[in-house]
Amino acid sequence: MKRMKQNFYTTLLAICAGLLLSTSAVSVEPNQATAPKWLPLAQDGLHDPEGPGIKILQEPSEALSQLPGDIVGNKVNWVRTLDKGFIDPRINLYSNTKEKVLDLDVIRRNTGEMNMVRFPHRQHTEWLDCTNCHEWLFKSKAGATKFSMYDILKGEFCGRCHGAVSFPLTQCNRCHSVPRKSVLAPAKAN
Amino acid sequence: MTKTLSPYISGLLSCTAIALLLTFLVPTTAQAEYGDVVLNNRAEKSGMRPVIFPHWFHRIRFRCKVCHTEVGFEMRAGANDILMVDIIEGKLCGKCHNNKIAWGPQNCHLCHSGLPGLKTGIRGGDSTGGPGKW
Repeated sequence: MKRMKQNFYTTLLAICAGLLLSTSAVSVEPNQATAPKWLPLAQDGLHDPEGPGIKILQEPSEALSQLPGDIVGNKVNWVRTLDKGFIDPRINLYSNTKEKVLDLDVIRRNTGEMNMVRFPHRQHTEWLDCTNCHEWLFKSKAGATKFSMYDILKGEFCGRCHGAVSFPLTQCNRCHSVPRKSVLAPAKAN
Repeated sequence: MTKTLSPYISGLLSCTAIALLLTFLVPTTAQAEYGDVVLNNRAEKSGMRPVIFPHWFHRIRFRCKVCHTEVGFEMRAGANDILMVDIIEGKLCGKCHNNKIAWGPQNCHLCHSGLPGLKTGIRGGDSTGGPGKW
């Protein structure tokens, strides 16, 4: 009886090993270093390879391979791309729309055991207008808007963009970047 | 010899190994580019392919604020009700896709380029899941 049980587990182990090998044989390919970072449009699971427009559209690899790299998202560090002048995206359609860049960091202390969050206005206002976030999503007064990481993960507040179009929420330390003992720590909680 | 590894433990170990492999290696299905948006609230009902809006392409040429302030697109996939008639009249996408700033709305298949059956929403690999993924 014991022998049978052992045989059963040996067989199970063999099956598992076989599965393991076959799985890796199938799946390792796209993760190889030589695999392209950007899928061709016709293979991205969204575009119809039979569509008449597919050959005219710009391929991600053509544009994105020219820009400073990243490990997530589009594999492009968009802030650096703009800062270093790799691109000069248009600021407005109407000449009377003024650009308002604000160079002001906000430190949020209320982050539990994580490092505090530094929110840099400059990088955000290079891309966005004040009204994209204020006053409807965030109050201008620091600390006046109450939200949690759970809200962000649900796609609210910072999660409106981060996790959807700007760097994903798996990049904890990009926001949680200020150690609690840092000189940047504000005296007052916000 | 036969007692080197408890069968229970070996079974458990191999199952764990498989689970880990499945988690990290198997997502080989095609992945759209980060931030791609599918617009299909109206397209397929009107007999057209869904629209694929690539954020990466537009971001190289325009800052977020142009579309999300001047043009007025809400920052939530699916929240904007976009009618072709508005685009042709120069609203929404048509503020640029007017044959002046960008190619005009007569180029149907450049936007309506998606696979049939796609649902409206934000897509893409490398951790885009859009709201509610976690």
